[in-house]
Amino acid sequence: MIKLEGVSKVYVAGTNQIRALDNVDLEIARGEFVAIMGASGSGKSTLMNIIGCLDMPTRGRYLFEGHDVGRMSDDARAVLRSREFGFVFQQFNLLPRMSAIEQVELPLVYQSVRGRRRLARQALGRVGLEARMSHKPTQLSGGQQQRVAIARALVANPRVVLADEPTGALDTQTGEELMQILGDLVRNHGITVILVTHEADVAAYADRVVRMRDGHIVEDTIKVKAAV
Amino acid sequence: MSPFDALRVAFRAIAANGLRSFLTTLGMVIGVGSVIVLIAVGQGAQKGVQDQIRGLGANLLFVKPAAASAQGTGAGARGAAGSAQTLTKSDSDALVAAGIQGVKGIAPQVSVDGAQVIAGSNNQGVTTIGTTPEYPDVRSSPVASGSFITQDDVEKKALTMVLGSEIAKTLFPDGSPIGETVRLTFAGGRIGLNFHVAGVMAPKGGSGGGLADNYVFVPVSTLQSRIGFVRNASGEINVNQINIQTADGADQKVVAIQVTDVLAQRHSVATPDFTVQSQDDLVGAAGEVSRTLSILLGSIAGISLVVGGIGVMNIMLVSVTERTREIGIRRAVGARGKDIILQFVTEALALCVGGGLLGIAIGVGVALGIDGRDIADQKMATVIQPWSIGVAFAVAAGIGALSGSYPAYRASRLDPITALRNE
Repeated sequence: MIKLEGVSKVYVAGTNQIRALDNVDLEIARGEFVAIMGASGSGKSTLMNIIGCLDMPTRGRYLFEGHDVGRMSDDARAVLRSREFGFVFQQFNLLPRMSAIEQVELPLVYQSVRGRRRLARQALGRVGLEARMSHKPTQLSGGQQQRVAIARALVANPRVVLADEPTGALDTQTGEELMQILGDLVRNHGITVILVTHEADVAAYADRVVRMRDGHIVEDTIKVKAAV
Repeated sequence: MSPFDALRVAFRAIAANGLRSFLTTLGMVIGVGSVIVLIAVGQGAQKGVQDQIRGLGANLLFVKPAAASAQGTGAGARGAAGSAQTLTKSDSDALVAAGIQGVKGIAPQVSVDGAQVIAGSNNQGVTTIGTTPEYPDVRSSPVASGSFITQDDVEKKALTMVLGSEIAKTLFPDGSPIGETVRLTFAGGRIGLNFHVAGVMAPKGGSGGGLADNYVFVPVSTLQSRIGFVRNASGEINVNQINIQTADGADQKVVAIQVTDVLAQRHSVATPDFTVQSQDDLVGAAGEVSRTLSILLGSIAGISLVVGGIGVMNIMLVSVTERTREIGIRRAVGARGKDIILQFVTEALALCVGGGLLGIAIGVGVALGIDGRDIADQKMATVIQPWSIGVAFAVAAGIGALSGSYPAYRASRLDPITALRNE
């Protein structure tokens, strides 16, 4: 489903060139639960941004379901992003002053989907927040805010959920609950989850761990599932 | 994003920054309001002047001496032979005798300022008009009660007077002045004559403040011969204006040329020593002045509208910078560049259109409120021009779209990742 071929990303800062990604090849199949690990500056966030069509490779090709994302127009990428991807960020990235249900409706607003309220309520139900629909971000705990963000990522029925350090701002227990929710998406809803983290115990929830260092993939392990 | 959603987002953003939105809008409110009020004031002034000129009568031509001072000095006697510097009653009679086609009536007049009328304990400064029986018809200024000056009065230099409607009220607040005696004094009371009141004029009114309602009318010959300082050396009756009423549909220009010919011949001059002006000339000249005034007022208002627009643009730019993160989030959940543009343009438009509507309400309210009131000893007259409302509103909306589009474009060009990183 996701295929990166020789992807490089170079940032220019003044006279310095920063090679955030260097000739990366990566393939992710539908329904995988992948953790991308690495120290800060290893290029893992850049990789996630490119996969999520938020950023464009400097060199190389990125194929999503066989379509070359690099050749798409800005608007076409925005449409692809809103249909196929859901984002969960470390800082939740909720809009202030909007109630939980409105936050969740937002992606549907841009897709001009009908029955937004109903779909948003269902999505909030999936993360167990039906009771907090009309609460604003400031009235919710960190874990609850992140669950709203997950509901927002899910509401448009994306095939891929991208989570950038989703537990980074949460305490351990809330973090664990959150990882359960993400794991549930993969196992019971067939959604591909790509997780960026630098914590090993968070990465441990994933089925596949991709390690990065200095813009290269240095290790790619697929866990053999233990028999239940 | 549907326009309805864009509107909802815009109203939320506006409401979220209530005070700031209000202050931003205030620029538009004042701009639109002042355009409407100032144009209404300008138009009111223009209409007032035009009404005043039209109030002089209908289809009028005015013949006036071109010489600096024709009346009161008797200077004509000192002029070179054949160059009469004054208009006389015989000029007027000659014009009647010429039988110019299209002329309906002719009435000469002499006006003298600085007279005082006294009746019992009431007195009032007036302008005295010496004229002939034709005056009421020619100037469309009928007598309300009693009668006007007669031909007999003119021939006999009778001490007959007709009062303007306001003068009549001032001198005789309690009853009819007809048949009463009033004293007319000149030169600080050194010359004074008792007149018999024959009639009262109908009020002329109008926005001119009823200037003509404060006139008194006496036979032209009486004013000439009984008052020393308007004596003509050659025994003629000097007049300082000949009023000519033309027939409906008559070409005033043609009549004016014929009048000029007759008088030039009488005066034996090649270039006329008098001027013939039509009412339209006066309306046009006055219109010129008040149009300039309207343009001036309109430009001032226009400037304030533009300043208001710059205010909106400034706030929108600040708003885009402030909401970089919001823009990033919206981009990440699927907003296209044009959705962001739509959002910010809608917001600017909503501010300006809202301000425009409020400005129209206030502008119309103020224009109606000051109409007919005295402000700084000046009677205000306003005429609200529907086009000024339309133009002001359209300009407000245009400024909204314009001042919103650049910030909106900047917002749409924000890179989603940088926007998200913005703390």
